[in-house]
Amino acid sequence: MPTRAAVSIGHLRVMRGGNEVLPDLSVEIPARSVVGLLGPSGSGKSTLIRSIVGVQRVEGGRVEVLGLPAGSKALRSRVGYVTQAPSVYGDLTVAENLHYFARVLDAAPERVGHVVDTVDLVGFEDRLVTGLSGGERARVSLATALLNEPEVLVLDEPTVGLDPVLRRDLWNTFRTLADGGATLLVSSHVMDEAERCDHLVLLREGRILATESPPQLLATTGAASMDAAFLALIERDAQQ
Amino acid sequence: MSGRVAGATAVRVLTQLRHDPRTVALLIVVPCVLLWLVDAIIDDAAFQRVGLPLAGIFPLVSMFLVTSIATLRERMAGTLERLMTMPLAKVDLLGGYGLAFAAVATVQALVVMTVAVGALDLEVAGPLWVAGLLAVANAVLGMALGLFLSAFASSEFQAVQFMPAFILPQLVLCGIVAPRSTMARPLELLSGMLPITYAYDGLSRIASDSTVGARVYADFAVIVGFTLAALALGALTLRRRTP
Repeated sequence: MPTRAAVSIGHLRVMRGGNEVLPDLSVEIPARSVVGLLGPSGSGKSTLIRSIVGVQRVEGGRVEVLGLPAGSKALRSRVGYVTQAPSVYGDLTVAENLHYFARVLDAAPERVGHVVDTVDLVGFEDRLVTGLSGGERARVSLATALLNEPEVLVLDEPTVGLDPVLRRDLWNTFRTLADGGATLLVSSHVMDEAERCDHLVLLREGRILATESPPQLLATTGAASMDAAFLALIERDAQQ
Repeated sequence: MSGRVAGATAVRVLTQLRHDPRTVALLIVVPCVLLWLVDAIIDDAAFQRVGLPLAGIFPLVSMFLVTSIATLRERMAGTLERLMTMPLAKVDLLGGYGLAFAAVATVQALVVMTVAVGALDLEVAGPLWVAGLLAVANAVLGMALGLFLSAFASSEFQAVQFMPAFILPQLVLCGIVAPRSTMARPLELLSGMLPITYAYDGLSRIASDSTVGARVYADFAVIVGFTLAALALGALTLRRRTP
């Protein structure tokens, strides 16, 4: 299926704390797909994600989401964002958190029950978030972003600390959302999650190492696993 | 500006407080106990002079603390960053906080006033409702100042220290410890630039004067002016894009 880019970035330059985190980054994120943003910690994944959702101050370059400048008012109800640390209110219950964000996003109240089911938190609605485990809290945070069915969903390491069954279920959810027409950009530093993506963006020290599909990546590197493929790319990069 | 989001935010902030009954109890009980202590240690004439201004300034102090911590938490927990990516105007968020804490402040001011007049025999020469209105305005001022200053704190330790650093000097200079006219000229001028001076002045006039004079209106206007200025500056510190 021919797809236009959901996110288009040209010559993005970002400084954080006096360091050039992203020196000159250009990339296209194809629409209606699950795109994995992979790279070791400190490679600039979160900074790139923050630039796409429009909360990162940037030095220069172009970031467009759905054809509009990142952070535009018109995008605020079309782009969902899940931060790395669960950003929900600890002193509210699961349901109170979701009802509040549903009001802010102008989503129907029935969506609350739906997203609770999606992230497998049925029965936890009346529990205070502060009393939940790390993984449960991450799921509340994820549920918040699903409330208004955004066209672009940007998730910063959403599966950290989750058990394998739940991780599989969430990746299935991401797949369902993409099949329904959404674009998902999911960052991870776990290479085995790469196989579940349609496209991969491999980042290292603020630069793009490769943008390929998982089979392409294995073919070009001749590696047997995603881990080995990524290591091969790093070694090739270091030699250049 | 959206009434929906401001209303939802106010309900959310009040729900957070509802889950924290100890904080609510402290907000209501502490000013009453402090006022009772003051009544117990000073003679009646002095209490008649400072009782009402104190009753009206306690809400300012507690709202300052509660708001600065609440806003700091919002910044540190990442919920502010998340809200900034959502269809929400900054004034909706500020308005929501304002509505919620004004509601709490109204309850607090009513209880403190009732205790002062009912149990501690405080006599108020002017109309009680004007005293109540000034107390609520003070509380909202405290909220606005807390919201603004919390932007300069990067930890709860720092935010709490803003109380002695920012509020206590104003209490010393506002006229409650010594009349402003007896201060050295530079200090008198300085106190004229501080918001709590007007909070004290308005209440002390209501305490002793049965008519609501032009100075009380002026004090009220200055309090509202400081509140709006602090909220506007607070809005500037809520950035959609951060470094």
